[in-house]
Amino acid sequence: MSTLLDIRNLHVSLNIPDGQLRAVRDVCLSLDSGQSLGIVGESGSGKSLTALALMRLLPRAADCRATRMQFQGQDLPALSDAAFARDIAGPRIGMIFQEPMTSLNPVYTIGRQMTEAAIARGMLSGPDARKKAIDLLDRTGIPDPEARLAQFPHQLSGGQRQRVMIAMTLMLDPDLLIADEPTTALDVTVQAQILDLLDDLRRERRMGMILISHDLAVVAERSDKVAVMYGGEVIEQGTSAEVLRAPAHPYTQSLLRAIPHLGGPPGRLGAIPGTVPSLLHPPRGCIFAPRCAHRLPECTTARPPLRGTGDTHRYLCTLDHPPQVRLTSDPLIGSGAVDGAEDVIAASHVTQVFQTRKGLFGPKREIRALDDVSLSLRRGETLALIGESGSGKSTLARIMLGLSVPTQGQVTMLGRPVSEISGTERASFVQPVFQDPYSSLNPRRRLAEIIARPLVLRGDGDAAARKRAVEEAMDLVRLPARLLHAYPSQLSGGQRQRVAIARALVTRPKALVCDEPTSALDVSVQAQILNLLDDLRAEMGLTCLLITHDMAVVHQVADRVAVMYQGRIVEEGPARNVLANPAHDYTTRLLAAAPRFANDAPVPEVAQ
Amino acid sequence: MTSTDQTFTADPEDGTTFALTPGQIFRRRIFGHTGFLIGAGLILAIVLIAIFAPLLAPHDPYAQSLSARMLPPVWSDGGNPDYLLGTDQNGRDYLSRLIYGTRVSITIGLGAATVGLLIGVTLGVMAGYFGGWIDHAISFLLTAQLALPGLLLAMALVFIIGPSIWVVIGIVGVLHWTYYLVVTRAATQRIRSQDFVAAASASGASPRQIIWHEIMPNLLSSIIVIFTFELGIAILAESSLSFLGVGIQPPTPSWGLMIAEGKQAMFYRPWLVVLPGICLFLLVIGANLMGDGLRDITSPEGRNE
Amino acid sequence: MLRYIALRGLLALLVAFTVSLAAFLLLNVAADPAQAIAGEDATPDVIEAIRARYGLDRPLSVRYFDWLGGVLTGDFGESYYWHKPVAELVTDRADETITLALSALAVTIVIAIPLGAMAALNPNSWIDRFALGVAVSAQAVPNFWLGLIMIILFGVMVPIFPVSGDDSWKHFVLPAFVLGASSVPAVMRLTRTGLIEVMGADYVRTARSKGFRGWPLLRRHAMRNALLPVISVLAVQLGQKFGGSVITESIFAINGLGRLALESILGADIPTVQMLIFVFAIVFVVMNLIADILNAALDPRIRIG
Repeated sequence: MSTLLDIRNLHVSLNIPDGQLRAVRDVCLSLDSGQSLGIVGESGSGKSLTALALMRLLPRAADCRATRMQFQGQDLPALSDAAFARDIAGPRIGMIFQEPMTSLNPVYTIGRQMTEAAIARGMLSGPDARKKAIDLLDRTGIPDPEARLAQFPHQLSGGQRQRVMIAMTLMLDPDLLIADEPTTALDVTVQAQILDLLDDLRRERRMGMILISHDLAVVAERSDKVAVMYGGEVIEQGTSAEVLRAPAHPYTQSLLRAIPHLGGPPGRLGAIPGTVPSLLHPPRGCIFAPRCAHRLPECTTARPPLRGTGDTHRYLCTLDHPPQVRLTSDPLIGSGAVDGAEDVIAASHVTQVFQTRKGLFGPKREIRALDDVSLSLRRGETLALIGESGSGKSTLARIMLGLSVPTQGQVTMLGRPVSEISGTERASFVQPVFQDPYSSLNPRRRLAEIIARPLVLRGDGDAAARKRAVEEAMDLVRLPARLLHAYPSQLSGGQRQRVAIARALVTRPKALVCDEPTSALDVSVQAQILNLLDDLRAEMGLTCLLITHDMAVVHQVADRVAVMYQGRIVEEGPARNVLANPAHDYTTRLLAAAPRFANDAPVPEVAQ
Repeated sequence: MTSTDQTFTADPEDGTTFALTPGQIFRRRIFGHTGFLIGAGLILAIVLIAIFAPLLAPHDPYAQSLSARMLPPVWSDGGNPDYLLGTDQNGRDYLSRLIYGTRVSITIGLGAATVGLLIGVTLGVMAGYFGGWIDHAISFLLTAQLALPGLLLAMALVFIIGPSIWVVIGIVGVLHWTYYLVVTRAATQRIRSQDFVAAASASGASPRQIIWHEIMPNLLSSIIVIFTFELGIAILAESSLSFLGVGIQPPTPSWGLMIAEGKQAMFYRPWLVVLPGICLFLLVIGANLMGDGLRDITSPEGRNE
Repeated sequence: MLRYIALRGLLALLVAFTVSLAAFLLLNVAADPAQAIAGEDATPDVIEAIRARYGLDRPLSVRYFDWLGGVLTGDFGESYYWHKPVAELVTDRADETITLALSALAVTIVIAIPLGAMAALNPNSWIDRFALGVAVSAQAVPNFWLGLIMIILFGVMVPIFPVSGDDSWKHFVLPAFVLGASSVPAVMRLTRTGLIEVMGADYVRTARSKGFRGWPLLRRHAMRNALLPVISVLAVQLGQKFGGSVITESIFAINGLGRLALESILGADIPTVQMLIFVFAIVFVVMNLIADILNAALDPRIRIG
């Protein structure tokens, strides 16, 4: 097999007002034709910038250099921008992006956007391009492709738009397809379909493919090779089988233990403490050393050597031998509700209808977001509410929080109708934790003020008592007291989510409603938060309604699960039973979409 | 995917990096922004001149001297060192009148921009927070206000009510609130949909508490930015009114009025028109540079020059 | 689409009448129009006589509906000052102002859009800095002063263009430049930020990944998106040119609506002022309506819900 792509020592730095962000450092990647390479990393790892550097799509403020960048034997840096645009971008390397909602131009038809490149290059005549576009749309699974050509992007769903993006890229028959987080913005069940489609197309057309993802499981399943990036460096790469079977770098090992998955009994996740170091001044030694459990003194002073066996498996580490991987995980420490526990919050026969209009005079439309839903949360349990976007789960959460009043039905808190409970009293029954830690904290307030706010609103205690309560809450979520006077912008995503939980706990509510509390976080941080929820259950018997789209998270933390689909609860029961024997077809689909490692191999085996 | 990291400093306690507080970032950016520094310097200088006008002015701005009419500035032929920038058609010292003119401009600018702020921010926050028919009504009001020929109406009103500095402040202010409204409405809508507002109402906060405690602090920087721009706009509006004879009345020294008075003789005594114009230009450009600068400084990306 | 236009049109009409009502109330309630007509020294008898003569002694609502009824039949009342039907006065002078406003808009477009686009495509280059400088300065220059400086320059020093009157196209060159200059900052900034935003949009990145660059990229993928907000702001600016004609026409002695407005204000000619405000408001809402329709035609998200 011939070499398709060979990149050596790629460096990318971004000039930002505060200095130079060394976002990609010393990256070497290679790929044979027809092969697929997965690049995995958490946010800020430099995985996308690596691809953008290859496509010459870096932002203006970026510098990029490499000792070698060859595509099919051709030296890319030698090409002028014009030659690169003519010969490489499009017909040789195609790229699809993360956000299908914004990656298509809203003011032009699908047909025009699909055919223009081929026509402008003189590769196809107008009618031929049209015919090819219809064929490709058909191949990517879009119903009634001919009619789609006249439609505009906003008339399609997210999944359909991503299919259009894929078809559009294939119009020029590229030899290499780069997919940058192609499914991150999509619902889980659609994700699997799109990834399968990409995989099939790659094999059919013998294309090379680079699949970029934050999700190791996604990449591992569908790639010949995998490169793990952290803090701008490739810290481990090799064949997927090798890397997954015997991860050698402490980061890769930790990452695998941090991902919740369906194989084996639920247990404590392997959270990685701390956060990624600033890339303005990357550490002199190993980039992972500050968070590494196996750190030696040399790790922080000298660059780690490249170890491993030839092309099939290499990694950057100071340790002479990879650390032993632990076979089993610790059991969870929290326990669920006892039988016959009382209902803390109960929603009965709740229906929510939204009326929307377009603009001031548009026609009215009714959307039935919830349809006769009954759900109760018992003391001491963690109840997972699972569903995809638009299923109504967040609407139900708002209603159970007492933040909005349903069209029909009622919500009771410890038996009392929520309408009879005042706002501040309700606050001591139930508190929310939201998905996006960047929007859940007021950026203009210090942590001490943010956490104490519910107490102030309730008029509780004097300043000293409030200060004590805030410190206790910070302690509960493992936040150091020195952050008391920090602002949210000074914290990482995981720290912010801890603050949100501390604020929710400061009034000692009977229950928490957590709306996708970890889906905006990186896996290693998600593990920290899920473990924290487990701690809180053990320490204070936390009652929690957890809203999620991820079956593996349900498996990990929930006692009971309720599955929502199109505004209804289609299945409900003990988590163990539902996951083992799903009764509803939709539950089965969700389960199929959840990450599990090849043949459900348990947590990685011992290396060597 | 790259994290556009904040500025970092080393945290002495655990050696890891630790981001700066918003205040520290703000102060650091201010001193790196040339445009802002120039604008703020101009404004500060002019405000100081306005405050200390009696000490700075070499003559009484109202004192007429028939023997010293239309003297050119000191660097021209026939200039008199007693009158550095010459005299006007009534023999009044032009420098002293220009110095006192700062008072009119600054007073009206600050006053009118404040009136506009009160109207615009109140309406904007209400429209953005409550939405629904309140929003529709206020948006309609906005469209109607934009459709009003402002200058024309201001002229007519000042003429009918009778010109005085307070009338000019009130009318210019009442006609210049749309910019505040547009910006605060959009910002309030954005902030209102943020989760920290939902968290506050889940803790039992009332709309009033949410508006004052959660929303207003986040609007503050954009309100200050608009105030700075509106300061310039109001100053220009006053000068236009005074120039057209329906603003500040003689003999009060207003730059716009001085231009109007100098207009008759402008072909032979151009400084009568040029000098007050330059003063206006410097004051307004100071306000605009400051506004542009503040916008860069307070925007999250911190776009620097 | 038709429904959209019809509703927009209805809204526009509603706005125009709201404006007329607001103007009517302000002009009649804020102060006593009879007093303004009579002058400051008039005796109560004279004022009473004026009140009776112009029907100002009738209740406010009667007067407004009387006026409104007249408007619907094309009768805007009779001028107090010229003693002619107001509608005739206005139609006689509309040509000059329309010519002035349109040529001023042309000046704005020709300067602002290319400058903004070049600045956006080369951020932080010398042209970007130059464009920013132009915007900041043009925003700070008092419009009437710019007019006077033009007159001094072209009237005395380089007499290429006439500086007074409205007899030939040459007479409109300087006024159009002065009036057009006032809109350059807003339009230029919007073009610049809009284009920068579009060039950084995901769909432009998609087009780049298909090998588009340079002019084809701009023409096929960025231009229409960036133009959408510019169209709206141009409509607002054109609407405001009519109001802005007051200053320009009085400086360059153009016998148009702006000058009529100034004269009728100084003559306390309320029916004329009222009609002019109404006409300018109508022009404004019609321009916005056209912009809305253009936007809908260019943006399928509006056209097809």
